[in-house]
Amino acid sequence: MPELLIRNGRVFDPLNGIAGEKMDIAVRNGRIVEKVSGKARSLNVSGFTVMPGGVDIHSHIAGSKANGARMMRPEDHSKDPERKTKYTRCGVGHTIPSVFTTGYRYARMGYTTVFEPATPPLKTRHTHEELNDIPIIDKGCFTLFGNNWFVMEYVKQGRIEELAAYVAWMLEATKGYAIKIVNPGGIEAWRWGRNVRGLDDTVPNFDVTPRQIVQALCQVNSLLNLPHAVHVHPNALAEPGNYQTTIDTMDCVKHVQATNHPTIHVTHVQFTGRKGWSWADVRSGAPEIADYVNTHDHVSIDPGQLIFTNVTWMTADGPAMFALFKLAKTKWLNVDVESETGAGVVCATYKKSNYVNAIQWGIALELALLVKNPWKIFLTTDHPNGGPFTSYPRVISWLVSKEARKKLLDKINKTARRRLDLPGIDREYTLNEIATITRAATAKSLGLESKGHLGQGADADIAVYNIDPSKVDLSRDYKSVRKAFSRAVFTIKGGRIVVKNGEVVRSVQGRTFWTKPVVSEGAMRAVTSDLESKFDDYYSVRMANYPIHEQYLAASEMITTKAGV
Amino acid sequence: MSKTISENVICTFCASGCDDLEITHNGRDISSARNGCAISVSRFTSTKQSRISRPLLRTKERLRETTYLKAIDRAARILNNARYPVLYGWSQTSSEAISKGIELAELVGGIIDNTTTSCHGPTILGVQDVGEATCTLGEVRHSADLVIYWGCNPIHSHPHHTTRFTIFSKGRFRKTRKDRKLVVVDVRRTDTAKLADRFIQIQPNTDYELLTALRAALKGEEIEQDSVAGVPLETVEELADMMADCEFGALFFGLGLTMSAGKHRNTEAALALVRDLNYVTKFAIIPMRGWFNVRGANEVSTWQTGYPYAVDLTQGYPRFNPGDTSAIDAFTRGEPDAALVVASDPVSHFPKAAARNLLGVPIVSVDPKRTPTTEASEVVIPSAIIGIETAGTIYRIDGVALEARKVIHPPPGIRSDVEILDAIIKRVKALRGRR
Repeated sequence: MPELLIRNGRVFDPLNGIAGEKMDIAVRNGRIVEKVSGKARSLNVSGFTVMPGGVDIHSHIAGSKANGARMMRPEDHSKDPERKTKYTRCGVGHTIPSVFTTGYRYARMGYTTVFEPATPPLKTRHTHEELNDIPIIDKGCFTLFGNNWFVMEYVKQGRIEELAAYVAWMLEATKGYAIKIVNPGGIEAWRWGRNVRGLDDTVPNFDVTPRQIVQALCQVNSLLNLPHAVHVHPNALAEPGNYQTTIDTMDCVKHVQATNHPTIHVTHVQFTGRKGWSWADVRSGAPEIADYVNTHDHVSIDPGQLIFTNVTWMTADGPAMFALFKLAKTKWLNVDVESETGAGVVCATYKKSNYVNAIQWGIALELALLVKNPWKIFLTTDHPNGGPFTSYPRVISWLVSKEARKKLLDKINKTARRRLDLPGIDREYTLNEIATITRAATAKSLGLESKGHLGQGADADIAVYNIDPSKVDLSRDYKSVRKAFSRAVFTIKGGRIVVKNGEVVRSVQGRTFWTKPVVSEGAMRAVTSDLESKFDDYYSVRMANYPIHEQYLAASEMITTKAGV
Repeated sequence: MSKTISENVICTFCASGCDDLEITHNGRDISSARNGCAISVSRFTSTKQSRISRPLLRTKERLRETTYLKAIDRAARILNNARYPVLYGWSQTSSEAISKGIELAELVGGIIDNTTTSCHGPTILGVQDVGEATCTLGEVRHSADLVIYWGCNPIHSHPHHTTRFTIFSKGRFRKTRKDRKLVVVDVRRTDTAKLADRFIQIQPNTDYELLTALRAALKGEEIEQDSVAGVPLETVEELADMMADCEFGALFFGLGLTMSAGKHRNTEAALALVRDLNYVTKFAIIPMRGWFNVRGANEVSTWQTGYPYAVDLTQGYPRFNPGDTSAIDAFTRGEPDAALVVASDPVSHFPKAAARNLLGVPIVSVDPKRTPTTEASEVVIPSAIIGIETAGTIYRIDGVALEARKVIHPPPGIRSDVEILDAIIKRVKALRGRR
């Protein structure tokens, strides 16, 4: 692999405290090093911005529900084909791009790492097949635990250590990266067409509450020393008035001792940050939620920014998806997964003129602007729920420019505009803050030590953008900022140039990160014996055929943690 | 050689994905197979029957033995020289092989289509119209108190379906046969119908009428007829009530629905009926997919190209327009000029006009066994049997992916589909002067 020297760029590396300094970055063997030999290939990027490769913490790019959505929506693809080139395979967009196209489109935006945030354990072999096929980017997936029968039974019996060992077994069996909870208990209730109403409602047949499930899994996360927080999609998604459930969900784990990162990450808060009693008087709950996040260090959030466009909703939250289908009346896919979880997919369109949609758009932006610390909030559109990931440059333009926001505010539903705090918020993100919410903070939150920064030893994942921070006024030139983030001048992945002037010039195989918590033999023995006695009763596949072997991953990157059980 | 028993072996016949087989073998030959249905046992114990032992090339009107190298070279030349090749089959091979097939189709610029086109293609078109409320098979086992088999006969096509997943299975919330009701809707009294609590015999090609009447009855609409589809109106209303009153219903349907008059309109009506039922109770619909990896062919094709079957890659990007870009339609029009057939037998199964035109073009076939298609081929490349002689990923009816494994060695010198397709891809690239 040739050496590289990226010269004279303006570097934004928030994890190392570098904010726009002119400096050189040296690359050897796929890593960032102090210096390289005279033979190194030199890239003069004078007048450009240099950042670590983007790290996306929450984007539904692979697995059975993404593919179910692709299968159900040919109309989504036909207008957005990608022709094959000398270096790339062909494919389609738009809201749910095919796998090759997904990798290329991320790379073109300077993103090099993306996490699929919800994989049903029984169907995770499928998820890995797709992740293997996504080119260029590194990736991983979060395993769903919030409605799992074994989990609910251990919680009911108060056997936290056995629960921890079970989670460890499951993460290894599914090659998952983190614990994901979606509508705790609600998807089990959906088996009978019902839902849970809130944190203290009882899950039918299991006699546990969502509160107990969230608390127990947060304790387990801490016991297992997992690299990321528990990633939570709370109860009552999309319902008016749900902001209080979101705050209560965060608050119910404030006493759980976390290791060196927040205990809980609450995701796509735009969908769970609503005040009001009905659809007609939905208001933004962003100020209250931002206030909570600003005063508590055990939480982080991402907004799931809404974009006014066609989207595909997809989530493990089956009951929420059916409720939304009844409003949207489009196409509805539902897939319940035995003993574990479910999934729903619905097609939808967000309109500026629609009152609720305009409020949703405002909630997400208010969250991003009212949470003061950029290390606590990350850029997402909850792809493809709020909008496709290809909209990130547009979101960035709204964050850096009040003028860009105002231009759109003038076009949205008037009642919504009047009821939002957004028009009165003056804050504009700096480039350093953008680098934080798109790569540094997400890498830190995921516990990926070699990602999200440009210090020595880091992976040589680098993005170069056509922005000269000494000349550009972000607030005024937001259109050029948007363009720059859409098409990286260079994207370097693992020390290789993969994108040049916004076009893919090389395709490489990315790695799949997964976590193996090492628990004591005794704890693992106890859980294995529990599993062996119940597995055939719970599943329609044999226990021997359930785990995914490491060889199944095209490029496996195992992270081990020392567990306290 | 000593005898070994391999446990928890995954069956690669139908798409039920039974994974509890016990296979006794000596590494080369299988002496017995336990726990499987009769078809499964036969599949595992007859691997040596009708095998093709060497690659074959047609010279002077006869198929003669050759080497893999020569067979692959000829295959690559046929596909590379074709203007409109069709790459067809894929339902009896692994996802890894299907992936290679799509790469090859993109490289040579052709149609890639799988056997969905002649079985559950209309199901997919229905899903693309209304969506699908479905679940994994274990959910049915745990929860369903009402099971409906419509236009399918699993006792013969998926013999362990009823014992593993439906009426005879033991789940968390339904323990015995008495906890569940079985309704069978069919044009004849099948062996599955004999097990039913309620058998509803309908006139052929009237499924759409009955499904629509059920939707109407469910919504409380008055039906101004004495009977629908040959079924008395009170039976229709009774069935609608049964469906609405159950706690968890599961509707399974087969080719009786997809391939009778109405086709995708039938599946659309069934999918819409189950969707509507979810307004009043919990209901799921699961198509009875046939071959062990036909679902996998749809999945891989969808994640790589966006479309589940009938994908035209001639323009350098994926196009999907069944009726135009589907293998049978293209052959009926006589447009393709070459075919690669992997793990399928279209000469036997295509409609007459399509099969006749298929026989008029050079065929490259990759198959473990002799079939009418291999006999009509220009090049025949023998392959190892997935799930017996080579490993690979397969997708069950409900989309659960399983890793089918290698139990015995393939016959001496026989390669896997993945190796064969990879070699063809490399040869085509070499012919085009690319690395």
